[in-house]
Amino acid sequence: MSAAIAVRVARIRQLTPLVREFTFEPVHGRLPGFSPGSHVLVHMPDARRPLKNAYSLLGDPADCRQYRIAVRLAERSRGGSRYLHEKVAEGDELQLSPPANLFAPSKLARHHLLIAGGIGITPFMAYSADLQAQGASFELHYAFRAGLTDAYRDELRGQLGERLHGYDATQRQRLDVAALLRAQPLGTHVYVCGPQRLLDEVREQAAALGWPQSRVHWEAFATAEPGEPFVATLQRSGRQLQVSAEASLLETLEAHGVEVPSLCRGGVCGLCATPYVAGEVVHRDHFLSASEQATRLMPCVSRGRCGSALTLDL
Amino acid sequence: MPVTLKPVETYRDDFTFRNSPEAIARFPFPFPEDSYMYSVNIEPATPREPGSVFEHWFDIDEHYRSEMAERARVLERDPDRCLVMPHMQQAAWDTLEMLMTHLAADYPQWFELERDGNHWTWSNHALDLRQSFVFGDPDTLPCEPLEYITRQVQGDFALLDQRDGNLWMDAGMVTCPADWSIKFDAGMNFTQWHSPVPMAHQLGVFERALKYLLNIQVDHPVRRLNWTMTVNPRLDTSSETFHEWGAERAQVTAENVARMVHLRVELQFMPRLPRSNALLFGIRTYLISLEELASNPAWACRLHRVLRDLPEAIADYKGLTLYRQTVVDWLRQFDPQACAA
Repeated sequence: MSAAIAVRVARIRQLTPLVREFTFEPVHGRLPGFSPGSHVLVHMPDARRPLKNAYSLLGDPADCRQYRIAVRLAERSRGGSRYLHEKVAEGDELQLSPPANLFAPSKLARHHLLIAGGIGITPFMAYSADLQAQGASFELHYAFRAGLTDAYRDELRGQLGERLHGYDATQRQRLDVAALLRAQPLGTHVYVCGPQRLLDEVREQAAALGWPQSRVHWEAFATAEPGEPFVATLQRSGRQLQVSAEASLLETLEAHGVEVPSLCRGGVCGLCATPYVAGEVVHRDHFLSASEQATRLMPCVSRGRCGSALTLDL
Repeated sequence: MPVTLKPVETYRDDFTFRNSPEAIARFPFPFPEDSYMYSVNIEPATPREPGSVFEHWFDIDEHYRSEMAERARVLERDPDRCLVMPHMQQAAWDTLEMLMTHLAADYPQWFELERDGNHWTWSNHALDLRQSFVFGDPDTLPCEPLEYITRQVQGDFALLDQRDGNLWMDAGMVTCPADWSIKFDAGMNFTQWHSPVPMAHQLGVFERALKYLLNIQVDHPVRRLNWTMTVNPRLDTSSETFHEWGAERAQVTAENVARMVHLRVELQFMPRLPRSNALLFGIRTYLISLEELASNPAWACRLHRVLRDLPEAIADYKGLTLYRQTVVDWLRQFDPQACAA
């Protein structure tokens, strides 16, 4: 959909055995500015299959001479995180999609409560820099496994002092979400990024305490999950595409030259929603209503059921 | 191609505003078909042919000095036409940066920007202004940053905060609106401020447009054209001054229609403001009298068919009802089909 930005890998840092940080510089001109919570899609044309994965920009938004992202090696990598960890070296050139923000801080919040699980810390790196520069009221709660997923603990401790609250799973330190939410002053917005169970817990507790949905913000690790292989038929051309267990439907469409606009590639933004006319669908998005899912699917995360003939209105 | 700026003309009282043949040639005629209906006519704002109104992000044309003088006049009487809610200050600086960098790059003969870290110097040779200031520090500018820069750029600007899956009109500089008011719409969301529009809601136009606008990415703006008609070349047709211009709709006659009635086209341009994640909604207004428009007979023919067949509810919403028939009668001479019938 959008012209890509060419960047060069200026620096790679191995922060923990699982987390690598990449610093990008523009090949030409300037990098576009961005707001806290923004992500870019990193294009990986040489991976086993062409991939575009979304990563949060974690630098200070006031300084866009460089972009920084951090990548956790996924246990069940579909190729993206493994590619970035093993194949990409300093000096390499990559393509990024321009920044987009689906997880922006509310400008009307009286207090910002940030909750990160593991690599979910990345958007809050930009948040912290920005909120601090604005003199906003905020606190950051960071749950991690020391030595594995605590990539930015020292950097943040220096920056934030008492605003940083750490919870180390190896020390059996536990974040009590209910108590934390109960103690917040009126007008607080809560933001959570991390594993699904942390997101679920924060959202459930906030709902139970009567928080309006507009004060609860969350960002999942938005990526496609593997599934069963299936066949997708394009109604208009009659073409049949084999979607492997590891590939998403969106990636398969793109690999065959069918361009579908996309932004988050994680079932959140709704941009890639595509009408289908037949077949059984495993819906995995967080965007379409149940009635919309009867006729549309989001190919970035959703798949046809194995053996059912999925026919897209494309 | 260098832009030539005319001396100041007026958009009120004696109405000396006129378009040169060059300005007529580049007028953004908004009708791709012989009939008009609301649609999500939003497209990526990719630059088009040099010299056209679509060449640059922010179009500066021969009327620049006149429009800036008119804005100053409106603000003198009504300073609240520029409004920035406290949470929109960053978006105001974002807008200043975007306007200054694009104008300096696109019109180097008129605008210059020197940046040394946060120490910036802005020169506007068209208005003979020069200002050194610290980016981000409002005390170093003569007025609030949105007001400072939009006093020097043609068109209205609304700054929309993005939250709760909607866009909120929380800041803006609006001195040439087509029958609306920034003060009335302030704090409303996209759905709310469009609620008076007839028919479009049923067509699902606003729902789809909103989803599209929420996903606009940095450096990938979109644009659309909108249109209405205005009696006399009056830029400030705001709700606040309705008592000054509303009655003019009843003054259109067969004798004066060609000079008095103007097609009013808005080139709406929507870029993402990078630092604040707000959306800038630029509304660049172009006026052309029917007489000027008819120098291109194909336009006059098409406008005849569009206005003749325009649904009553849309004509009424656009405020055309009192003089539509007079306009259609005058335009009929340019429509070979209608003349033959």
